Amino acid sequence: MRLLNRSAGRLSRHRRGPIAGLVVLLMGLLMTGGLYAAFAPAQADSTQSQEELVREGRELFIVGCAFCHGQNGEGVLTQGGDQYGPALTDVGAAAVDFQVGTGRMPMAAPGAQAPRKEVVYTDDEIAALSAYVASLGTGPSVPDAELYDPDTLSEAEYDEYVTRGGQIFLANCTACHNFEGSGGAMPRGGVAPKIRGVDPKYIYEAMLTGPQSMDTFSDGNIPPEDKKAVIAYLDTLDEQPSYGGLTLGSLGPVSEGLIAWLIGIGGLVGFAIWIAAHTTRTSRTKDGADA
Amino acid sequence: MKTADVASTNGTEPATQPRGAKTAGAVANWADERLGLGTAMKKQLRKVFPDHWSFMLGEIALWSFVILLLTGVFLTLFFDPSMAEVQYDGSYDPLRGVYMSRAMASTLEISFDVRGGLLMRQMHHWAAMIFIAAMMIHLLRVYFTGAFRKPREINWIIGCLLLLLGTIEGFTGYSLPDDLLSGTGVRAADGFMKASPVVGTYMSFFLFGGEFPGDQIIPRLYAMHILLIPGILLALIAAHMLLLVYHKHTQWPGPGRTEENVVGYPLLPVYMAKAGGFFFIVFGMIALLGGLFTLNPVWKFGPYDPSKVTAGSQPDWYMGWPDGLLRIIPAWETHIFGVTLSWNIMLPILVMPPLMIGVLAALPFIESWITGDKREHHLLQRPRNAPTRTAVMVALMTFYGLSWAAGGNDIIAIKMHLSINQITYFMRGAVIIGPIIAFIIARRWCISLQRHDENKLLHGYETGVLVRSPQGGYAEKHLPISEAEAYRLTARDREEVYVPDSTADASGVAAPGGKRAEITNKVRGKLSELMYADNVQKPTAEELHEAQHHSEHELHELEHQIASGPNKHGPSSDH
Repeated sequence: MRLLNRSAGRLSRHRRGPIAGLVVLLMGLLMTGGLYAAFAPAQADSTQSQEELVREGRELFIVGCAFCHGQNGEGVLTQGGDQYGPALTDVGAAAVDFQVGTGRMPMAAPGAQAPRKEVVYTDDEIAALSAYVASLGTGPSVPDAELYDPDTLSEAEYDEYVTRGGQIFLANCTACHNFEGSGGAMPRGGVAPKIRGVDPKYIYEAMLTGPQSMDTFSDGNIPPEDKKAVIAYLDTLDEQPSYGGLTLGSLGPVSEGLIAWLIGIGGLVGFAIWIAAHTTRTSRTKDGADA
Repeated sequence: MKTADVASTNGTEPATQPRGAKTAGAVANWADERLGLGTAMKKQLRKVFPDHWSFMLGEIALWSFVILLLTGVFLTLFFDPSMAEVQYDGSYDPLRGVYMSRAMASTLEISFDVRGGLLMRQMHHWAAMIFIAAMMIHLLRVYFTGAFRKPREINWIIGCLLLLLGTIEGFTGYSLPDDLLSGTGVRAADGFMKASPVVGTYMSFFLFGGEFPGDQIIPRLYAMHILLIPGILLALIAAHMLLLVYHKHTQWPGPGRTEENVVGYPLLPVYMAKAGGFFFIVFGMIALLGGLFTLNPVWKFGPYDPSKVTAGSQPDWYMGWPDGLLRIIPAWETHIFGVTLSWNIMLPILVMPPLMIGVLAALPFIESWITGDKREHHLLQRPRNAPTRTAVMVALMTFYGLSWAAGGNDIIAIKMHLSINQITYFMRGAVIIGPIIAFIIARRWCISLQRHDENKLLHGYETGVLVRSPQGGYAEKHLPISEAEAYRLTARDREEVYVPDSTADASGVAAPGGKRAEITNKVRGKLSELMYADNVQKPTAEELHEAQHHSEHELHELEHQIASGPNKHGPSSDH
């Protein structure tokens, strides 16, 4: 502190020097230029590539998505007036990144729910599709790693995030996804999928965009740092040892009951048969009068 | 028996005992002189029990209850049944700093900070699951073999009470940790109480000491769980066992076994060793379950908070069937005089479980009323020899099983990729149609098995020896079964269908009891017909005699054929 004061004092001695004005001007120009370079809107060059990306995305969209979502992402209605493929005009890049990045889209067949499956498009193609759909209207963009990655937290922060995230998780997520994120049933054949071992980016995007029957947890509802806390909690669940032994799928009392009957009672009845078969007469000439 | 078999003479020398026996004898004598145990033990230690694996099912329940007492005492040393709010500061990081009740905090302490605590918690819980399951399979054995008949009806009722109390005990224990799952269960119980007409809200406020959840429920459940219900359970188990000793154990029929005796081995040393050994096996199994399988991971549920819930919120398995009925029942409600009657909650939760226990307790009395059988029975019946009785229980089991499966409809839906709605619709029909189909199949199945037994008695067993006749036809040879086997198959009573008397006797005087008695008798006659009319009765002595004669002939013929070798008989040999 003292050192800083001393150097500041030394500087201020020259503040009325002959070249002081020139130096200040120079510094001002440098800062302005530097900041502009850092924060400037996309330059002509990148606009070009953005347009390129959107065009590329549109081509992919026409081939892979338009059948259900419409030529311009306006959505398609069935004859009965139901939604065949919803409009994508205001879903944003994050929704596309989630749906296509986890293999949910394109769907193999219309159904109650688009299940997670093998990813069809490459990362570049997904980026192009996202860019095209984002260009159709508003909607959240693909989040930066800093928003969702729990690895960016310091150790002290991490513990605090985990505790808070656990409570947010139990209040908002477990009702459908189960206390350990093992998944749960939704009406009419839908499922709240298992959310363990999922890339943090996709968890963040799912909360942000509310895919399929999931609610949208906007940033006003659950702020970004709380979303990150939930992800940190899920991360701990993956990391922590299984304290009580095998988890039986972490499905709650149903699988526990199955084990009690199949292994517990099944095993004990087996032992009862074994004990009864070994009477005081262990020789082979045991009378077979017992049924 | 010759005396030489049990003791050798010591000639002119006085009898001497080995050294260890002398000390043990002195101790036993000292105790006997003060407690008078000798006289009582002399008889009871030689008590004979018959040997069969199915007689050991009740023992599983008894031993798991002992384990419940042992592990339960351990848990009470550390559990704090208080709903006072504290901030958790134990070893489990993700919950540190979270506000919770002392009950929940002390459960976490048992799980993470008490040495062996988690193992004890899990063993206690697994033992509870096994306890009730064992009571159930024991009940099934007693029912299917007819061991509930006179003089054991009271013991059957005690057993039903044990099952009911065991379930309540399990539920109160499930509720104690005050985690998210148990709190959800208590909330559900609160809703069930409130569904009872008129008195519902009063009952709820009375139990919770005010509005749910209050700060009373856990201390109250705790008092019930560790004092009241275990006390009653212990007393009932003692009564159950004393009656068992008093009635003597039932046995399977067989040569030398009658209604008046028990053929088996004495309590000391054979059953002491067997039962004692079985205790350690049950203990070992529960310790393995407790050590290897997670049960109720409260640290993942977190403290109860009425605003939270988790998918997969189910009760423990023994409450699964009313929960299943609750899940599938349509939303039936009636509104009268400003009161809502929630049939959708009352029927599955407040009506069905007491009704099931009532039906269960009444079964022996219904049967003895239909059969009019007031004799004592100490010989068991094979399930096939009471087809209608067996079918009744199979129907009840089917109803139970389907309702139980409906309780896991969400897990079935996600694991088998089905629609939870479709499962619900299916189950609504299945819980009614399923038991009827099961009844018919089980009854016919039993009767078929009876026919099979009759075949074995009259035509012998299938030898697997195929014989070609001179005409070229093939037939399988049957040989007579052993005499012991034949005795076992025929050791049962001949049944008679009850035919109600005509209302008026020959001189036109109406039977006593009037119209009502007439209707009752008619019903009894119909039920008796359902019970006995289609059964296959055992063959008569003449039939058996003739069959024996026939089979001797068969045997003789077979021996002759074997002696003459292949293709050495009849015209087929001259090719």
